[in-house]
Amino acid sequence: MSEASANRVATSGVVDSEEQARLRARKIGAVGRWVLPIIVLILAVSGWHIVVIVNEIPHYILPGPGRVIKALFTNWGSLVDSWFVTMAITGMALLLAVTVGVGLAVLFNLSRWVEMSFFPYAVVLQVTPIIAIAPLIFIYVDSKIVGLLICAWIVAFFPILSNTILGLNSADHNLRDLFQVYGATRWQLLRYLQAPSALPYFLGGLRIAGGLSLIGAVVAEFVAGSGGIGSGLAFRILEASYRLQIPKMFAALLLIILTGIAIYLVTNFISHMLLRKWHESAIKREN
Amino acid sequence: MNDNAEAASGKSGAANINSRTPILSLANVDKIFGRDVMALKGMDLDVREGDFISLLGPSGCGKSTALRLIADLIHPTSGAIRWHVNKAPGALSVVFQEPSLMPWAIVEDNVWLPLRLQGKSKSTAGHDIDEALELVGLNNFRDAYPRELSGGMKMRVSIARALVTHPKLILMDEPFAALDEITRFKLNNDLLTLKEKTGSTVVFVTHSVFESVFLSDRIAIIAARPGRVIRELQVDEPYPRNDIFRTSAEYAAHCRAASGALKTAMEAA
Repeated sequence: MSEASANRVATSGVVDSEEQARLRARKIGAVGRWVLPIIVLILAVSGWHIVVIVNEIPHYILPGPGRVIKALFTNWGSLVDSWFVTMAITGMALLLAVTVGVGLAVLFNLSRWVEMSFFPYAVVLQVTPIIAIAPLIFIYVDSKIVGLLICAWIVAFFPILSNTILGLNSADHNLRDLFQVYGATRWQLLRYLQAPSALPYFLGGLRIAGGLSLIGAVVAEFVAGSGGIGSGLAFRILEASYRLQIPKMFAALLLIILTGIAIYLVTNFISHMLLRKWHESAIKREN
Repeated sequence: MNDNAEAASGKSGAANINSRTPILSLANVDKIFGRDVMALKGMDLDVREGDFISLLGPSGCGKSTALRLIADLIHPTSGAIRWHVNKAPGALSVVFQEPSLMPWAIVEDNVWLPLRLQGKSKSTAGHDIDEALELVGLNNFRDAYPRELSGGMKMRVSIARALVTHPKLILMDEPFAALDEITRFKLNNDLLTLKEKTGSTVVFVTHSVFESVFLSDRIAIIAARPGRVIRELQVDEPYPRNDIFRTSAEYAAHCRAASGALKTAMEAA
């Protein structure tokens, strides 16, 4: 970048046709990134509306978009309370996944023996369908919140663990040698070389884990079932389905989707901010 | 070995080179990888203060293995590597074929690294960092990230990082091999200027006859399979050397001698 700016010269202001085309393509790309998905959304919602009207589909089978929005507002109070519950579980599960995932990755990296002994069981946790073990977890764990957390955590932690392990091992070999030549301690190697090398990998894992912790929380709520205090969005969906309040089901689903998108955008933003100065993935190409 | 080298080169200044204080010696070093890959056999080399030694040989002859042994990254199967001076932290620096900079750190933080690993804060190390960057002429780029620099500039940062500890001995493993010729000549000139200023000792691995003659006062010719020093030449030409030396008849004569020796080495292998 500095070289490009160093090469910048005073010209007569002529931009050749190839450069004009490139600039135009870039401008179109910047606008299209936002406008195109919005157009698709508008088309899809209108299509949905038209299908419901034209076929006279009853609202207890498929409500139109208008009814869903209306249901969102009429049930706003209970839905927002449930949204807070789901968000709390999701957030805590993600935090737990980051802590345990990174902690285990560092531990595995420090000791080959520990890694060889325990990594296979991390894989076992990952490949076991959460829906199959959640009922067991709720039998053995008294607190519902803790049970939900465990379920969401099991789903979310593996991408962080495996990505961080990969990242810690991906430090440049010459730099490793250099650290050894200068007599670096194990801690210095981890802190100054392995941790920064692992950062892009960890952030890739975080983006996946963010969505997965939401999915884990919702799935666990379905299994946990019955309401009482602290019922999340999934419970609202179940409840509405028993009462044939289909628009409310859609409204709760809409909230879950919006939350998932928000989590994706936030993790993406964090990743971009941390890597924008140096990592290839976050740097705009000059041509 | 050294007696032979003296006789072979037959130069009057040879005694001068041989009377320098020894820093490090490799005596009869063998290195066997696995069970049966003999990388080095009976390698002898004396490194003396102020030497600029090139290890010249074909690819895969064990030059880099010798360098890694000296850097204590691997250990000899038999034989001894002896330091004759106090090997304090930072007494030895390495420059690799790739610049091997930390992409997440700006130039001055990359140069700070060796001192940081010794527990020095950036402000304590500040003077040394300034000095090293000054030496390689990158003062104006201290806040740049490595990806913003050209290949030659990255290599300069790598050299500044090696210089920042004021090392007794710098090991360089084909540092300019990946650069274009114009940049390489420039860096060759600059490296000699640097060496003149810092007075450090350099062991330089290369497979370029021309580079080795231009830079060094001693050339150890390495034969392959197994790797060993089969001949040592002395380039008894005064420093500073510059582009005039590069086109002189003496330079050509030394290149011819080194090429000849290298050819013998290849045939011996």
